[in-house]
Amino acid sequence: MSLLQKLDAAAAARKAMLPDGVGAFGIPIEEVYSATEARIGSRRVILLGTNNYLGLTFAPECIRAAHQAIDQEGTGTTGSRMANGSYFGHRALEREFADFYQCDSAIVFTTGYQANLGTISGLVGAGDTVLIDGDSHASIYDGCILSGADIIRFKHNDPDDMEKRLRRLGKRVENTLIIAEGIYSMLGDQAPLAKIVRLKNAYGCVLLLDEAHSLGVLGETGQGLVETTGLLQQVDFITGTFSKSLCSIGGFCVSNHPQLEQLRYVSHPYIFTASPSPATIASTRAALALLRNGSHLRKRLWENCNQLYAQLQEAGYQLGPDPGPVIAAIMDTPQQALLMWKSLLEHNIYVNLILPPAAPEGKSLVRCSVNAAHTPEQIRYVGDTFVKLYPMVAV
Amino acid sequence: MTESYDEVMQLLCDRLNAIVNSNTLVTADTNLITQLSIDSIKLLNLIMEIEDAFDISIPINALADVQTVRQLADLVHKIKTSS
Repeated sequence: MSLLQKLDAAAAARKAMLPDGVGAFGIPIEEVYSATEARIGSRRVILLGTNNYLGLTFAPECIRAAHQAIDQEGTGTTGSRMANGSYFGHRALEREFADFYQCDSAIVFTTGYQANLGTISGLVGAGDTVLIDGDSHASIYDGCILSGADIIRFKHNDPDDMEKRLRRLGKRVENTLIIAEGIYSMLGDQAPLAKIVRLKNAYGCVLLLDEAHSLGVLGETGQGLVETTGLLQQVDFITGTFSKSLCSIGGFCVSNHPQLEQLRYVSHPYIFTASPSPATIASTRAALALLRNGSHLRKRLWENCNQLYAQLQEAGYQLGPDPGPVIAAIMDTPQQALLMWKSLLEHNIYVNLILPPAAPEGKSLVRCSVNAAHTPEQIRYVGDTFVKLYPMVAV
Repeated sequence: MTESYDEVMQLLCDRLNAIVNSNTLVTADTNLITQLSIDSIKLLNLIMEIEDAFDISIPINALADVQTVRQLADLVHKIKTSS
């Protein structure tokens, strides 16, 4: 089979799963009205398929900061920090992240994806081992592959299974990096961090926690799972993204290990890419300040999460184990998920459709992302619509 | 081949027959991707089962060159005998 024929085969498989040209993936959004509403086709829809957890995409402070940065520094940096230099904003944002996590060092990356790619491939290499959760995000898998280290998976959120695999590594455990996530993106469940930290310490490994979905969502100041568990000082490296609660694009890694700085010189995803634009950095800095003082936003977010989770659970939907901003209705078949996704859109609600193999256990997901800007009325309408549509997918 | 190699092959064929749930009879020369259409997650979960069955670690990056059941059995057997 030729290179192009392989693509044709993949396209045919995709079209077979999504008949009649259904544009569930990469759907065109014609206009964005607010953090919670947009136009898709001719429909004004409620946005429930974004990761805008604190609802800050239109925060005046962030918009003003971005405008000012463009006026003062232009639209782009046009090169990498290594070759073209680090702007004041890049360095300031790194200091602010280090301060936020009470860590010695922070590195800013151009995307959240690159934060994992760059950190993982800088920390481990051929002859080392990474032990990762089976439901890890693609950026973690890709970072591990890029590193050349041996990749071992443990069963999702199963510390006993993790320990079994640590034991099998024997002496190799000394050069092992464990990777987990604060909140997992598919089902919205949280890592059993206390148990993972106990094993990390018992076996003498290094632990990286990706707080992409938990930053801004968990903890009094929004640090993430490290804050709600009180385990900030037990985690060696924390990565995260700007493209969810911080409403821009970029990523970071923080650590108390002084060796973090060396990653700037060995990590290709850091070295060989253009640095974040001034506007991106400026809006992220403004959003980080809002996030740190955003306990009122987290309160609203969690009220919305708990309301929708409870309503869907009561209706009979199979959900992820923990209420949270990621609420995934689990469907047995892609056809059920597609039917539900289309019906929700017909009711002016936009959610994410997740099909195998992206969803765990061969299931399909209709995934909602709740945010702090959703009004109680919007959440109630979404919940009522799910309830109304339940008989359509009930077995 | 040693008896343990046969054990590996037998376990792989049994598990694959259960997973693919089709009319294709799994043999040593069956191609995992083109004949069984095993997606990446199913293959990775199978690897975890094999790790448990033989108490070994199989790095998933070692699967890059594996296409047939025989190649997978060779890999598992090699790791098992060297551990």
